[in-house]
Amino acid sequence: MEEFTDIFLMLLLVAGSLAVLYVRNLFVATMLLSAVSFLMALLFVTLDAVDVAFTEAAVGAGISTVLYLGTLALVGSNERPTAKLSVIPLLLSLSIGGALVYATFEMPTIGSPDTPVQTSNVTKRFVEVSPIEIGIPNMVTSVLASYRGFDTFGETTVVFTAAIGVLLILSQKHIRRREDDEEDSTPRPAVSVEKSHDQVGSPHDLIPHVVSKILIPFIFLFAFYVQFHGDFGPGGGFQAGVIMAAGFILYSLIFGLHITKQILPLRVVELFLAFGVLLYGGVGIVSMIKGGNFLDYNVLSADPIAGQHIGILLVELGVGITVTAAMLAIFYGFAGRAQGRGKDVN
Amino acid sequence: MDFILDIGTWISLLIGSFFLLITGFGLLRFPDLYTRIHAGGMADTLATAIICFGLALQSGFTLISVKLLFIVIFVFLTSPTATYALAQAAFVAGLKPKLDGFGGPAKTTSTNARDD
Repeated sequence: MEEFTDIFLMLLLVAGSLAVLYVRNLFVATMLLSAVSFLMALLFVTLDAVDVAFTEAAVGAGISTVLYLGTLALVGSNERPTAKLSVIPLLLSLSIGGALVYATFEMPTIGSPDTPVQTSNVTKRFVEVSPIEIGIPNMVTSVLASYRGFDTFGETTVVFTAAIGVLLILSQKHIRRREDDEEDSTPRPAVSVEKSHDQVGSPHDLIPHVVSKILIPFIFLFAFYVQFHGDFGPGGGFQAGVIMAAGFILYSLIFGLHITKQILPLRVVELFLAFGVLLYGGVGIVSMIKGGNFLDYNVLSADPIAGQHIGILLVELGVGITVTAAMLAIFYGFAGRAQGRGKDVN
Repeated sequence: MDFILDIGTWISLLIGSFFLLITGFGLLRFPDLYTRIHAGGMADTLATAIICFGLALQSGFTLISVKLLFIVIFVFLTSPTATYALAQAAFVAGLKPKLDGFGGPAKTTSTNARDD
């Protein structure tokens, strides 16, 4: 039965990917891409990688779709037709694809007991010792936040850097400020692809307004659950941050970007963006001051296990704050551009 | 008792699958966007509720049933809203229905029916 599910999902995945390539309307392609991401998330669930599935569903199917739509609002939805057949890209992709397929012959079959991951001493040590050393049930979190804490610090810094880069490229403060002044007289919402600008505030929007007002508190509650329950179940800072950001983005899509920016201005988002990384690094510095290595949580408390718990909690919180802020900063960047040129769009 | 619960689950699953099948046929066979999302939005929601009820029969009074209930509530709120937003957006964008509501084609020919 499980093989049937896997094969079915993978066939859908292939069909979806091919459809994305063949479709000429970019809106349709974006929606198909979102469906493909969701299929990937389902596949991750069948492989018992629930933590990854969380992230894929929230980022791939959710936020990146919104970002694509924001981009399409700027550039238009029709692909420019290209008549000439280009040979070199075809050969390149065929050869890379062939190499990847060839590489899969070397891979062990799923679930076989003698794979390197199963027999490795590192895995054995994590499985046997981490409940004693760290004392939390979710081994993914203990590896991610404690044993590989330095790697995760690097990942958080990458997210931070990416958001800074997007802000630098997309914000264009002086241009936008002029347009903001124009728009103060006629307040207009963010680019929301589902609605025309003139319809905001009309009775037609009542249902999305009411339903999103009901849902958004629960989205935030779920984000906090994922954040602080990451020690015991699937979840953690990355997933929680993305879900939190998705709540804000939903609010922004329904009520408009300018209202969201009143609640959470870009300046505050930038502050949080830096604060998360600082919190993570600060935990490392404090553990150094207390006489341990960088990110050695044992010294944070008198009891090593309690120290680990404090360290993991703070570090995951830092990750969550940074990821939320980064997603929102990127969204503000894209949506702000679309808003600035909103008159041309529709 | 287990036997009755099993039968209940099977009936619920079959009815739910039936509605999902109808949804699929409707999405393929109906002529324009409004009728299609009508098929997709309504039968789909009902099918989710029925299937989750069938699954809850199996799990009994446990946390899993509560989670299934939450899923049903979530889908019950979001799916019709998404359908509504889609229809609303299409209507605002100027897409005219192909049918007049009485089984015949609409009199005003739609100018920008790009629904397929």
